[in-house]
Amino acid sequence: MNDVELVAVTKRYGGAVAVDAIDLAIPTASYTCLLGPSGCGKTSTLRMIAGHESVSDGDILLAGRNVTLLPPASRGTAMMFQSYALFPHLSARDNVAFGLRMRGTPKAERLAKADQFLDLVQLGALADRLPAQLSGGQQQRVALARALITGPRVLLLDEPLSALDPFLRAKMREELKRLQRELGISFIHVTHSQEEAMALADLAVVMDHGRIVQAAPPREVFERPTSAFVARFIGGHNVLPRGERAVAVRTDRCRLDAGTEGPRLEGRVRALEYLGSTVRVVVATPDGTEAEALLPDSAFASSTVTLGDAATLAWNAADEHALAA
Amino acid sequence: MRGTVVSWLLAAPLALVLAVFLVVPLVVLVAVSFYDYDSFRLIPDFVFTNYIEVFGSPVTWRTYAKTFWFAGITWAITLMLGFWIAYYLAFVVEGTGRRTLLFLLCTIPFWTSNLIRMIAWVPFLGRNGLLNQALLGAGVIDQPLEFLLFSDFAVVLAFVHLYTLFMVVPIFNTMMRIDRQLIEAAVDAGADFWRVLRHVIIPLCKPGIAIGSIFVIVLVMGDFVTVRLMSGGQSASVGLMISNQISLLQYPAAAANAVVLLAVVLLMVAAILRAIDIRKEL
Repeated sequence: MNDVELVAVTKRYGGAVAVDAIDLAIPTASYTCLLGPSGCGKTSTLRMIAGHESVSDGDILLAGRNVTLLPPASRGTAMMFQSYALFPHLSARDNVAFGLRMRGTPKAERLAKADQFLDLVQLGALADRLPAQLSGGQQQRVALARALITGPRVLLLDEPLSALDPFLRAKMREELKRLQRELGISFIHVTHSQEEAMALADLAVVMDHGRIVQAAPPREVFERPTSAFVARFIGGHNVLPRGERAVAVRTDRCRLDAGTEGPRLEGRVRALEYLGSTVRVVVATPDGTEAEALLPDSAFASSTVTLGDAATLAWNAADEHALAA
Repeated sequence: MRGTVVSWLLAAPLALVLAVFLVVPLVVLVAVSFYDYDSFRLIPDFVFTNYIEVFGSPVTWRTYAKTFWFAGITWAITLMLGFWIAYYLAFVVEGTGRRTLLFLLCTIPFWTSNLIRMIAWVPFLGRNGLLNQALLGAGVIDQPLEFLLFSDFAVVLAFVHLYTLFMVVPIFNTMMRIDRQLIEAAVDAGADFWRVLRHVIIPLCKPGIAIGSIFVIVLVMGDFVTVRLMSGGQSASVGLMISNQISLLQYPAAAANAVVLLAVVLLMVAAILRAIDIRKEL
């Protein structure tokens, strides 16, 4: 059975359609990322699943049960908010215990359980601190423990990593994935970072203008994007016109090579970026088409290309992937 | 070293103003409270008779009891009204424009003086006032209601009318600072309306409630005009008692009374500040 199922779910704000009749099935105990540019409807979708936003049309099923009209707390979901939303007047322990307090769990029991969940996120030592006395990363762990304590079947995370610095973000990412695996529940994670989605998701759901444009495992999204939008948004692709349609070619499958047969693009080097193990070379044709190649640093070192040089970008025809119009 | 001098100089003007207009009058007040007096003059002296009279007289105790009663009832009513008005403005009204408009509407009564706002009640509440005539006309009553004007009811009504805004403003300010996601987080954890109120909104509004309470209590404890006017001289307050002593030229007695009142009010404020930390509001 699926943990979450969306059936023609629609959200309208006045006349504007934010989410347009989307269908989605999220398998049991999976990590799903809702991915897309801002305003694509991903946050509205998450908030509708949480029950913090009413559904204009359609149904939301959790573990086979229609929860469309249920209040947030009786759905079996828990939400972790973007700004963490910790209660500033309560200690970390009391914050974590809040959900149990609302459910009427006796004090000793709920505080013991709160300590247990604080240990789970490695914050046991700071249980008595107020949120203002914790760092951003620590606050986030408290928020995570608070969301998990009521034993939700689905945890909803609204851009959980966007406020952290890059180093902490990578660490927290590992931890989210570890927790999801250990607890065996579903995580639905809203993000605008394709890197985050690729690293975490079992199912990446790419959204645009209130619709799902592709929902598939990240590898499939990366290797076979269904549209030019997905190919561009997920990154690492050149989208090139091919008659009526367009094709996508992965930038790491392109090379600077005038000698071999096959599809090619001739122009001048417009940008060069050294990225450590790889080098990004952007070639622009006289008619303004741009494409780039991501070269291994050794391949780049053996070439003599510099900025402004004439260059030919070549790839194998087999690496072209046809896109829907 | 130079920095210290500049700091002192920058703080000096306010210190000077406070010294001249607060400290000096208070010192004079305390000094005069130990003076002796007769019908015509003040006699510089150091006697405790004024204080002995204050504490020895059953009238003082009764008046204090009455003043506390006024302050307590007014506080309770303005707190209820103020809290819910602030709640409505902060959480129910949508849109900054409408919120500002409604907030300004609340302040309109403050464009006229206290005295006028009080007197405006007289033709409304009087024996032949609008309310009595309307009730008589509607057949709800057959005798004019006597308790409406020149009564404790009228005094409390006027206090509430005058001072509710002092409760609304600070509570509204604290409420506007509450992150809306906190309320969603509480709902997400299973809190209903009343538990969101009890566990999230009220704890976070405490500084505003404390500031509003200080305003209302200090204003009511020191009042004498409202009590005289609205009770028609049938009720007393400590302020009114002091005012009467001044009109009888019993300055040392009035001063002793004022010193005691000041101490009592300061103790009440201290108690509020001890219970609630308002520093994060300042």
